[in-house]
Amino acid sequence: MTTQSESLNSQPSTLNFPLSEFLQQLLNGLSLGAIYALIALGYTMVYGVLRFINFAHSDVFMVGSFIGYYAGKHVPERTYWGGLLVLVVAMLGCALLGMLIERLCYRRLRGSATLNVLITAIGVSLLLEYSGQVFFGATPRTFPDIFPSTNFAFGSLVISSNQILVIVVATLLMVALQLIVYRTKIGTAMRAVSLNPKAAQLVGVNNDIVISFTFGLGSALAAAGGILYAINYPSIDPLMGVMPGLKAFVAAVLGGIGNIPGAALGGLLLGTVETFVNGSQWSTYKDAIAFAILIGILLFRPAGLLGKFTVEKV
Amino acid sequence: MLSVTDLEVCYGSISALRGVSFTIPQGSIVTLIGGNGAGKTTTLRTISGLLRAKSGTVNFLGEDITSLPAHKIVARGLSHVPEGRMVFSNLTVGENLSMGAYLLSDKAVIAKNRDYVFSIFPRMKERLKQTAGTLSGGEQQMLAIGRALMGNPKFLMLDEPSLGIAPRLISTIFEKIVEINRTHGITILLVEQNANLALEVSQHAYVLETGAIVMSGESKKLRADPQLKATYLGG
Repeated sequence: MTTQSESLNSQPSTLNFPLSEFLQQLLNGLSLGAIYALIALGYTMVYGVLRFINFAHSDVFMVGSFIGYYAGKHVPERTYWGGLLVLVVAMLGCALLGMLIERLCYRRLRGSATLNVLITAIGVSLLLEYSGQVFFGATPRTFPDIFPSTNFAFGSLVISSNQILVIVVATLLMVALQLIVYRTKIGTAMRAVSLNPKAAQLVGVNNDIVISFTFGLGSALAAAGGILYAINYPSIDPLMGVMPGLKAFVAAVLGGIGNIPGAALGGLLLGTVETFVNGSQWSTYKDAIAFAILIGILLFRPAGLLGKFTVEKV
Repeated sequence: MLSVTDLEVCYGSISALRGVSFTIPQGSIVTLIGGNGAGKTTTLRTISGLLRAKSGTVNFLGEDITSLPAHKIVARGLSHVPEGRMVFSNLTVGENLSMGAYLLSDKAVIAKNRDYVFSIFPRMKERLKQTAGTLSGGEQQMLAIGRALMGNPKFLMLDEPSLGIAPRLISTIFEKIVEINRTHGITILLVEQNANLALEVSQHAYVLETGAIVMSGESKKLRADPQLKATYLGG
């Protein structure tokens, strides 16, 4: 790592960076990855119960940022309670939005061909994006500083409080999600519906409620992702969800679609790899590399990193 | 307890049940026998609300339940153990049983039901922490029945409990079915391809053929029926 070996290369290789830079990139990567993970969880949970990719999910993420933008104007800037309040408002707002989307658009298509539902999801996605342009305008806005922010320097390593905030909030939310899914009745019902919706009905589960709850939960996490994203990349616009949404979808597939820990792992991995590539001489290709990884992993592990390959039985 | 009247069910343009009627008295074991594709599973799925009837009615405890959704039918005490067992394969045995008591909130009642399931199927207690997918076919069948019992059913519908199970376990499971009926007074509707076995444990039987009841009567008498013998009982 420390020898300058690339004599043929005219540029100095940026992969030979010192430890502090490695840690810096790792931290940047983990905080970006935590946001991808939050979004990816929504994709994977909805896939788990309904077996389709909710393409509108990335736009729920965007709406989360915009709710935060407007709510942020009503609380004092740079306070923890104000920031948390904005976070909670955005999560609740998006939970409602997600449940509404499911109720109005997807529920009546339950039981019809997956392709029909997928096309509907793309339609809902476009509807949200372009309604966003009508209501919020197409010009990017600057997200308010809702949380206090400082930088801590350790030698050449700089940690911003926002990065810590992202990692802490995302970790807490993922732990909470894990507790909901594995320790509560509705969580067990979610897993039961995902494994066998008919059998779940036969023990008395109202699948509509469970599916609605799943959309609410996933959308709330996407909203949290939207706020955390906007804190670190404070320029928001109605199409901001497209790229992070796509990456989060890649992360969900990478971890094994339908697998909750897999989505978290996939998000962290993708964010970290992307950040490292971004800091290297190949930064132009960061998105290409992210998707190349997806293709590579799916070639060798079609079910994703933590997914189990199962033949779907009818 | 349960009466089905003129039930008609279609899959698209294909008619699966063509006017099926039968009644099941409280406390009895009644069996529905018939070959592949006769409509046995369709009948159970329509009663439990997984399928919608085109016409006809299902009456349970004096109330019309034909158009209720499945989860509301379970809530009334009618439990369906589906064909192929349908245990939640990635959930543990314990979680599967808890799911069976999904509609109950009284912890004492749930604990009592769990003890009852363990008394009937002691193996479920041994396997409590194991995921259901790793159980043998027979154990999964026990779990499926146990899961249904967790919800305090008054009426139990069993779809092919002998299917894909080691012969040694089949007799055990059928003994348990009779025990559940006798000791707990749970009325049972048993669907079976193994007609011999089904007629042995039941009091009354209906024979289903291509979507219609073609014969019915006391199980004892049907066992001696020459025509039935030739078709279903292997001579």
